[in-house]
Amino acid sequence: MDWQAFALTLRLATVTTAILLAVAVPLAALLVLGRSRWLPVLEALATLPLVLPPTVLGFFMLVLLGPRTAVGRWITALLGHPLAFSFSGLVVGSVIYSLPFAVQPLVAGFGAVEPALVDAARMLGAGPVRLVLTLLVPLARRSLVAATVLSFLHTVGEFGVVLMLGGDIPGATRTLSIVLYNQVENFDYGAAGRTSAILLGLSVMALAAIYSSGQSSRRRRA
Amino acid sequence: MLELALNARRGTFQLQMTCSLASDWTVIFGPSGAGKSTLLRLLSGLERPDHGRITLDSYMLTDSATGLWRKPGHRHTSMVAQQHALFPHLSVAANVAYGLNHLDCAGRAARVEEMLNLVDAKDLAGRRPRDLSGGEAQRVALARALAPAPRLLLLDEPFSALDGAASEALLGRLRLWLRANGVQTVLATHEAADAFATRAEVALLSEGNLIALGLAEDVLAAERERLFRRLRSF
Repeated sequence: MDWQAFALTLRLATVTTAILLAVAVPLAALLVLGRSRWLPVLEALATLPLVLPPTVLGFFMLVLLGPRTAVGRWITALLGHPLAFSFSGLVVGSVIYSLPFAVQPLVAGFGAVEPALVDAARMLGAGPVRLVLTLLVPLARRSLVAATVLSFLHTVGEFGVVLMLGGDIPGATRTLSIVLYNQVENFDYGAAGRTSAILLGLSVMALAAIYSSGQSSRRRRA
Repeated sequence: MLELALNARRGTFQLQMTCSLASDWTVIFGPSGAGKSTLLRLLSGLERPDHGRITLDSYMLTDSATGLWRKPGHRHTSMVAQQHALFPHLSVAANVAYGLNHLDCAGRAARVEEMLNLVDAKDLAGRRPRDLSGGEAQRVALARALAPAPRLLLLDEPFSALDGAASEALLGRLRLWLRANGVQTVLATHEAADAFATRAEVALLSEGNLIALGLAEDVLAAERERLFRRLRSF
């Protein structure tokens, strides 16, 4: 068992999920409450990674963050090293790739909050931040749990973007999915089975967390 | 004094209204679809008019000519909607306190107690909205709307879930309190009993237009006369 890859995968998933929630909560609130005619374009961009092949996304990001573009040169100058083939690069790639898995459940959850409640909060002086924190998030907490778990799991199981953008550097970019790929390539099916079992176990536990939160909220309502 | 000159189109429906509401208690009366709720939403700031202006005691709320539009919550205006809209995840006391962020903890608690006493709901403070009856929920919604000390109170069919006696008692006490605290009230209803039972200023609304405005008995007499004329013309 490659514990270094296991720890790196959990670290990547945790950091990515934290960043995703910080980005997705305001973005979903904007998509639900906003009135701009550009919002459908914004929603399409936020959903795009869902339909884009991960290797294509990884390739675009590799080029964008590489030394051939102004963005890549600026980031390299800022950090002192290129983002590609680094843990930070993997985080950026994972955030973009998993964005729809955080935004979509939140859009559904926030959108299900009764408009009359939003109107009442606005009448009582709630600005956008208070509206989100005191009304939308508590009332859509199951969607928040779903967004958290899906973002985490999606990052844990990510392969295409990681391989294209991060390569296979032990301790820096080698995640469990890469380890599994290497094990299968080396016909080490026993080790591959153990790695797969760990990935499967993580998925089952996380999904159980979603459904148990749903059951407890149903019990509270009953 | 509430002065308005409004023009708002919503699909095929158009609300056009120019008037001054001087009474401390004005009833907007009209059938469903007359534009009562739209008018209240325009006054509250939840919707913007296409053109027009609204002033409350010389305080400009909306003026399309200058582009001024004060957000809901910045208009000294509260509204009680027909469906109460109590926050289901908060207790009754927390619901009433929601609009009191500008007060410290002690001030908030005192104000919540005062408002719940006013609507006979002190015993409900710890309950959740799901544990309230329709009438209790309406009283709590009223307390929540009054808590921030608005200058204008908008009521959209607010007493539909209360029984007759309870509604009358609450209404009497409420009107005294509102008058004492200088709160102008605009109540929208399609119930003739609510509109004409009290000595109030009545604005008669039909298909988005103001048909009559005046004391209840005068508006009722004029409307009766208008209906008779229409009947005779057949």
